[in-house]
Amino acid sequence: MAVIETDRAPIIARATDDSPSSATLRQSWEGRPGVGGWLATVDHKEIGKRYVVTAFIFLIIGGLEALVMRAQLARPNQTLLTPEQYSQLFTMHGITMIFLYALPVLSGFSNYLWPLLLGSRDMAFPRLNALSYWVFLFAGIFLYSSFVVGKGPDDGWFNYVPYASLAYNPGPNIDVYALGMVLLGISTTVGSMNFIVTLAHTRAPGMSINRVPILVWGTLTASVGNLFAVPAVSLAFFMLWMDRQVGTHFFDSTAGGQPLLWQHLFWMFGHPWVYAIVLPAMGIVSDALPTFCRRPLVGYTAVALATVTTMVLGFGVWVHHMFASGLPILSLSFFGAASMVIVIPSAVAVFAWIATIWTGRPVFTAAFLYFAGFVLLFVIGGVSGFMTAAVPLDWQLTRTYFVVAHLHYVIIGINVFPVVGGVYYWFPKVTGRLMNEALGKWSFWVMFSGFNVAFFPMHILGLLGMPRRIYTYASGLGWGTTNLIVTIGAFVFATGILLFFINIFLSLKRGQPASANPWDAASLEWSTSSPPPAYNFAVIPIVASRYPLWEDRLDEGPERSSVGAGMLLDRGRETIGTTLLDAEPDVILKMPGDSYAPLLLALAMTAAFVALLLHSRWGFGIAAVVTVLTSIGWLWPERSLMQIETGHD
Amino acid sequence: MNSPVALLFNKLPILLVVRVEPPMAYPRTFGPAVDPITRLGWGLGIISLVVIVIIGVLLLAGVLRERVASSAANPHQLAVHRDAGGMAWIYVGGGISALVLVGCMAWTLLVTAEVTKLPSTPALTVQVTASQWWWSLRYLNAKPSNIFTTANEIHIPVGQPVRFELASADVIHSFWIPQLAGKMDVIPGQTNVMWLQADQPGTYRGQCAAYCGRQHAHMALFIVADTPQDFATWQDRQLTETTAPATEENRRGERIFQTHCAACHTIRGMNPAGILGPDLSHLMTRSTIAAGLLANTPGNLASWISNPESVKAGTRMPAQILSEPDLAAVTSYLNTLH
Repeated sequence: MAVIETDRAPIIARATDDSPSSATLRQSWEGRPGVGGWLATVDHKEIGKRYVVTAFIFLIIGGLEALVMRAQLARPNQTLLTPEQYSQLFTMHGITMIFLYALPVLSGFSNYLWPLLLGSRDMAFPRLNALSYWVFLFAGIFLYSSFVVGKGPDDGWFNYVPYASLAYNPGPNIDVYALGMVLLGISTTVGSMNFIVTLAHTRAPGMSINRVPILVWGTLTASVGNLFAVPAVSLAFFMLWMDRQVGTHFFDSTAGGQPLLWQHLFWMFGHPWVYAIVLPAMGIVSDALPTFCRRPLVGYTAVALATVTTMVLGFGVWVHHMFASGLPILSLSFFGAASMVIVIPSAVAVFAWIATIWTGRPVFTAAFLYFAGFVLLFVIGGVSGFMTAAVPLDWQLTRTYFVVAHLHYVIIGINVFPVVGGVYYWFPKVTGRLMNEALGKWSFWVMFSGFNVAFFPMHILGLLGMPRRIYTYASGLGWGTTNLIVTIGAFVFATGILLFFINIFLSLKRGQPASANPWDAASLEWSTSSPPPAYNFAVIPIVASRYPLWEDRLDEGPERSSVGAGMLLDRGRETIGTTLLDAEPDVILKMPGDSYAPLLLALAMTAAFVALLLHSRWGFGIAAVVTVLTSIGWLWPERSLMQIETGHD
Repeated sequence: MNSPVALLFNKLPILLVVRVEPPMAYPRTFGPAVDPITRLGWGLGIISLVVIVIIGVLLLAGVLRERVASSAANPHQLAVHRDAGGMAWIYVGGGISALVLVGCMAWTLLVTAEVTKLPSTPALTVQVTASQWWWSLRYLNAKPSNIFTTANEIHIPVGQPVRFELASADVIHSFWIPQLAGKMDVIPGQTNVMWLQADQPGTYRGQCAAYCGRQHAHMALFIVADTPQDFATWQDRQLTETTAPATEENRRGERIFQTHCAACHTIRGMNPAGILGPDLSHLMTRSTIAAGLLANTPGNLASWISNPESVKAGTRMPAQILSEPDLAAVTSYLNTLH
């Protein structure tokens, strides 16, 4: 198939960052300086960093909320917090960690890394990428807007009706949550679409679908899952908002509504979402762990298929959050069995990682410690999940601290540990400096021990019958000592996180300068300089295997990837569009430059939601008009973006 | 349940960091609606621990086997190679996992069938209505005059199955007495049904398990399993109607009750009959007030009546503005409700 734009085929040449063509590229791709440029940038690397930094700020906020709650629960009958304060804290802790940290931090990794992993110059829709970040940021601020004045969401992140309905919860608390989630859903949706199209059409030539890194499989799977899952929750929250403000009765049992409808809609979203916030993180491990084992991942195909299988199964297990709701036993048994089956793809991934370690030569870096520690936490979180999948046993375990232990092993173990390991791994690529290894190992051991001291005893608390979401407990119930241990562990864990952040700040200034490929890794992002130039690659590489930088040493075939020579594409912002499965060159893509449209559109949409919250029809009308006008401005045809595709055979 | 593993559990208080058998702990249980679940829990729990240990050992051994200290610096000098043997791990590990899994699924289904089936005709049916934040209990009977209502403390005859019909007066709650049965949610607009049976006499503590608002933490309930004779005695007493108090002080207390309390509370045989709050008939037969929060003593009753908000912030019970003598009179009257 010929690669043809209006009048040319791309020039194939050899170039480095010092070549004249790179000077042209730099001019085309570098953003404007100053605040204006900062607000208008569509550079995926910049957006990825912002995602990660913002998510880490939310991680810190959510973590502080947890520490306050742990102080309250350290001893029986404490009065540090009022019941209402405690309710808002555990609700905001859940919302923050699940929605404002766990997925956004992975979106940040993938936004930063995808074009570099895929040998491309940007995401498929750079402006949409900026929009998804701005909407995420504004939705996060929106969700916190009422908490800071003491009226935060207070019905848990699961927000069950009818406690969330107007009759029992008359303040703005739940409206903020409902509207904030619909707004955040816009960010997730556009972000997911962007990942899917990026995967489909902007891989380097030769990077067929069976050569993409596992992180790409993870984020792709999560994105497809989100597109199916997010509508359920956006709809649920919109229906709830209408119940509260418009007078509908979707969830009102006194008027023929159905409280369980909320639970179905919420968990149809909620369970796939759990996989969306772990599968990309598992991808981080699958890609980075082998680098430190000095060999490729064992069972690439099996792990990629396990990733997809987990998500597919993940859409058929939502009822396991509702085993105690009185649904027919037969249907519960099906959902229980489906939940147990997830053990199998999980086992495939675990044995792939262990086999990679066993058949490789582990290099003891800080990042490696995080990945190896993650494997153990994954298994502990996995088996406790397997126990709660057993329907009758779940009637005991559900809504106790056993589940609190389980979900923290899953979310901290499978998200936070890989993310921190991933930061140690990619920090030199992003900043050009290595993180401090000694401090890194300290941070790992403090985090790892603190984590287990904090969360393993929670299993025991659950078996001792301590329910979740209670702001205090009496002294005769046998929960006091264990709770004190948990609280101590939580503070140790927080200290480990603090060491990690200290390491980041120290290394930003004083870290050792990093080469392009400090770990001698195999994938494409390590072929460009650290940090990468604005245009990512001086030439678009041509890929011939899964491990382009290890080909000579693995020596598995005659074909060789070409990273120094490839498509120049230096006439303005250009990258190559390729075909879905085989990544054959298809079209030269003209990429948009910096633009204020994403920021303005995000502001206008947020203003519309604020107006809804304040019951301001005028405000909503004006914001809606601005939203439409900004969208028109965004979509207004530009000659420089003209995309003409001809000459197919 | 009295299996060797349960005995082992009791011998390991240090491991569990608690005294033996706290009231809500369910590694050891006392009835046929839950014992098979407890055995399943021990089984799956031990399998899980074995899995964790095996994986932990494999991981540790793999990590230490041929490790390279990171200070051995330049990774570029480390060979990269692909060992052909890796896939066997996935086949063997995945295969064994799948076999164990199928066994566990079958066991789970058998336990499900076992505990959802009533062993015999239930001795009685109790209608439970959960409210923020207490439990109303209505003992059904074929003879309408034998129906009675109480709150928060469920007496049952030992060794016989009891059926529960669960309804909610407001939000979602969850009915849970861990040593006798798993949870069943209480959801507005539907009646969920479950059963349990206590095989040993005694008091079993329960607690609302679904977040239901600010005082979710203080919504306990108790099941008291009595011998059949004790249960019959208790039941007969619940059916007796209140009579006029003997002393002038208590008669004054009754009048205050009728003007201040009876809009929400009732006492069997008294008019008017408020239904918003717990039925207070034979209040003195209950060991706690405010859904398990306070021991049922005259002092606690007085402070609960005069300032419930300070005891249980957010409670639906309004404070009663009573003079000291009036408070003493109504407390004294309540103390006659044996």
